[in-house]
Amino acid sequence: MSSTTTEEKVIPESKEEKKTKEKVTMVVFSGDLDKVLASFIIATGAASMGMDVTMFFTFWGLNAIKKNEAKNTAPGVMKKMLGVLNKGGSKRLPLSKFHMGGMGTSMMKKLMKQHKMPNIDEMIDLAKQMNVKLLACTITLDILGISKDQLREDVIDGYVGAVSYLSEAKDGNVNLFI
Amino acid sequence: MNEEDKPDVVLDAVGLLCPMPAVKTAMELEKMKKGEVIEVLTSDHISKTDLPVWCRETGNQLVDIKDDGEILKIRIRKAI
Repeated sequence: MSSTTTEEKVIPESKEEKKTKEKVTMVVFSGDLDKVLASFIIATGAASMGMDVTMFFTFWGLNAIKKNEAKNTAPGVMKKMLGVLNKGGSKRLPLSKFHMGGMGTSMMKKLMKQHKMPNIDEMIDLAKQMNVKLLACTITLDILGISKDQLREDVIDGYVGAVSYLSEAKDGNVNLFI
Repeated sequence: MNEEDKPDVVLDAVGLLCPMPAVKTAMELEKMKKGEVIEVLTSDHISKTDLPVWCRETGNQLVDIKDDGEILKIRIRKAI
């Protein structure tokens, strides 16, 4: 018994040892400008701390990684209609509050610019530079009638399902649903 | 100020908001050698609490913080 305790004490508690990378995962469900921005702020902040970051975009969150100039190629009337209403693209994200037909959002964008806050596109670039992993949910793509070529394929690391997200999240030290 | 703590790199992050000072610091430190010192200039006063935490979490060494009211000068030594 006593020998095990001494053995435990001998093992040095080095920082190196602790350096098995900590992990953050995020489900970005919302396509609201403010919420997506908050997601990227947390993601880049965590990456700056040397953490592994995975962002899983699903449902309206996919709008953040949709091309601004994407054409509506959805099959069928319902999906086509959805595509019209839910156009998406980083420049079209509405505020979750005070969108006011776009007026509130454009004012918020101006304020953010004044404060030198990066916009969504700059945030995505920054996240990619810091090796943040961006995943897109395949099932939602089907349901919403979004094709891969409507998405920013240059920044997406994979098209996966819930199971793949969970296999990452179960090792996550911080898992968020935004 | 200790002579040996003279910064090897000065990072101007004035005007940038949270978490950009930490993000830029991390990116800059990546290019630096172990033992070198970076001086981060920032007007984001959250950095006063956030960057020391960042140092603790990443295993880098906080040298000191100077606050002249408007701009913070935070010196960090790359320790990993």
